[in-house]
Amino acid sequence: MTTVSDTAHALRLRSVSKTFGGVKALQSVDFEVRAGEVHCLAGENGCGKSTLIKIVTGVYTPDAGGEIELFGERVGTTSPTKARALGIAVIWQDLALFPHMTVAENIAFDEMVGVAPRLAFGGRYKGRVRKVLDRLNVSLDLDTRLGDLPIAQRQVVAIARALMGDARLVFMDEPTASLTQSETDALLKVVRTLSAQGVAVVFVSHRLAEVIDISERVTVLRDGKLVGVYPTDGMTQYRLGELMTGAQLENVVRAQDRSTALPVLEVKALSRHDEFKDIDLIIRQGEVLGLTGLIGAGRSELAHALIGMNAPDKGEIRLGGSPIRLRSIRDAIARGVAYVSEDRLSLGLIQPQSIADNTVISVLDRILGAFGLISPARQSRLVRHWIEELAVKIGKPDDAVSTLSGGNQQRVVLAKWLATEPRLLILDSPTVGVDVGARAGIFRIVRRLADEGLAILLISDEVSEVMFNADRVLHMADGKIVGEYDPHATSVQDLEALIYA
Amino acid sequence: MSLRERIHAVAGAETLPLLIFLGIVFLAFSLATPLFLTGANLRSMAFQMPVLGLLTLAMLVPILSGGLNLAIIYQANISGLALAWTLIQFGGPDAGIGAFILGVTLAVLAGALSGAVMGAVVAYVGAHPILVSLAMMIFLRGLGEFLTRGGDISGFPEFVNILGHGSIAGIPVPMIIFILAAIVWHIMLKRTRHGFSVYMVGSNIKASEYSGIHTRKTLVTIYAISGVICAIAGIVMAARFNSVRVGHGEALLLVTVLACFLGGIDPFGGFGRVLPVAVALIILQALSSGLNLIGANQHLSTAVWGLFLIGVMALRWVGLRWRSRQRKGT
Repeated sequence: MTTVSDTAHALRLRSVSKTFGGVKALQSVDFEVRAGEVHCLAGENGCGKSTLIKIVTGVYTPDAGGEIELFGERVGTTSPTKARALGIAVIWQDLALFPHMTVAENIAFDEMVGVAPRLAFGGRYKGRVRKVLDRLNVSLDLDTRLGDLPIAQRQVVAIARALMGDARLVFMDEPTASLTQSETDALLKVVRTLSAQGVAVVFVSHRLAEVIDISERVTVLRDGKLVGVYPTDGMTQYRLGELMTGAQLENVVRAQDRSTALPVLEVKALSRHDEFKDIDLIIRQGEVLGLTGLIGAGRSELAHALIGMNAPDKGEIRLGGSPIRLRSIRDAIARGVAYVSEDRLSLGLIQPQSIADNTVISVLDRILGAFGLISPARQSRLVRHWIEELAVKIGKPDDAVSTLSGGNQQRVVLAKWLATEPRLLILDSPTVGVDVGARAGIFRIVRRLADEGLAILLISDEVSEVMFNADRVLHMADGKIVGEYDPHATSVQDLEALIYA
Repeated sequence: MSLRERIHAVAGAETLPLLIFLGIVFLAFSLATPLFLTGANLRSMAFQMPVLGLLTLAMLVPILSGGLNLAIIYQANISGLALAWTLIQFGGPDAGIGAFILGVTLAVLAGALSGAVMGAVVAYVGAHPILVSLAMMIFLRGLGEFLTRGGDISGFPEFVNILGHGSIAGIPVPMIIFILAAIVWHIMLKRTRHGFSVYMVGSNIKASEYSGIHTRKTLVTIYAISGVICAIAGIVMAARFNSVRVGHGEALLLVTVLACFLGGIDPFGGFGRVLPVAVALIILQALSSGLNLIGANQHLSTAVWGLFLIGVMALRWVGLRWRSRQRKGT
């Protein structure tokens, strides 16, 4: 197994299919990864990406008829153990690390508890751990508890753990989903180092700019079928988005001049210690104000002050002309301010509970009937209304909200907040973990709401998002607003250059 | 809709297996002894179960919210003490109905207050409910033993007896109290804002706060209401035993947790219903009474309860695997 015939390919799949109880998750897909290549696997949720990874790593057995070749060898069936022995590693989104163990223990984990565990006396494994980290060109304190590291460094630990097992083909499932731009850059550098050392990397990401940046070729899947394999040289985000969704995306600046409309939100000299300083902004009826900047610039902190989660130290917030002081989210809801959190998984929705309950949670007083009791009829009416209004694709309203795709979950979040009939809607990174195609759908809703007169604050660290969807764009850095831009008068590249400078 | 689907819709998926289990237990004991399916035995079961039932209701909502209330027994004892003390002040056996009403009011206040204090500490200090209720449990036990010098308080008027031993239309009064409480609990959980909030807080308290739920108020209310039902349990206990003693019912504490888990309450909060818990309570009572009738040792029934919980967990696991395999359609 260790002697591998010299070959240009790390992995070759030929007409591999997988059927789950009548559903074709993969339909005779071909997939090739060259040795030492960074290869992207792109496609929307449910396109078959994870199924493909799970077949290669032996979690699923493919339907009969396909062929799998690893490092030049035909393999019949694989199992997770066999895949690991062949040098295949997967770094899942949740990383599967141990927060209470040290960095070194995490990296050396497999050899300490694997098929032939070695004794960990005297920390001799640490030398080998250090060698792996050197290979990656990163320095980490080996004795830090993993839980104390930021996510970005945990990624590196996960990669190091894979290399410890002599991985030659590494799958990375959305490794940058929760990283800031500079952390992403650092991670991409590690990926390049890996590739230079002959390790093939299959990279899965929702961020198309990254896909084009890091990989040499990209394989696009849609609905379980292969769309094609494309060189990333000369590929645009726009084109890639189209290939993934099979639809024309509307990437045009839609900014409109709303400067004559009545102001809904006026913020004057708002400050909060260590978070933001002297913030002035106005959002008018029907206006989408974009707010962008690096993570940590104080964007979400500002949003928290606007919804009563944190009290500002200084300054004034006016809503519809009158000054307000919000003490809780309940105050905000009562005043017509709604907030879509950036953290849909743990703050935006109550994942295990039903779609119906998540929709009405913010408007319980509207579903009360006789004796002040909750009226199931009113509840289901309200739920049905919003599901139709926002075209949420669901099975039953009683299903857990966690069963929905990212895009549909975000629609439920929107439904929950629109049900409160807000005047001001704050969207904090509304497309995190949402597919490209579904993003367009979300922004179509946002545009429609603005046209109906809602004032919207759109916070995002993806410059293209605010450029194409906001009427004006504010740039926030180090807690201050440092610039205002008209999307018609600037470009994504210029704005990105300014922000990442 | 099939019968099974209809039962699921009305009572939740947990109820049907428990009802089947209940049927098996009844059938087995009826075959084992002719004494089991008699009016006398069923009536005696209906007199014994309500105290445990009421205390289980007091445990249920804190568990649903992701917490626990370890103080329930002593909250019930202290409340019973408040009633007993009032009755003694007004002449013991000669106390009138007015004194009784005053005593019940004080008992309920004692329960609600001790509960609200726990809820407030959980909500505002952010301490874990297990620690907070443990502290309250030890405090109330100490306080109660100090006040009673470890002894019994007895000598109640004749009519209090009805509460513990009387029947209306052949149904024991304690059972009527339990049934009413269970109905109120069901409506509270399924049809009120507070109940809605309990489930949401139990699943994700932070997301609930971000969605506009008043999570702190919800927590305080949960423990205050838990205290109120403890007080009612304490009053029924006083009437059943004709005396109040700190420590009465101590053994029931973990049995209430057992009953909640048997009834399918999610130990991590967020999911569960009253009806299956009530069925679980009947099963526990039937097991205990039945074993008693066939002459088994009293301690054996406790052991059987434990085995029963393990059995139910195993069956649920099998059911879950079976269902997920069906979904995958292999």
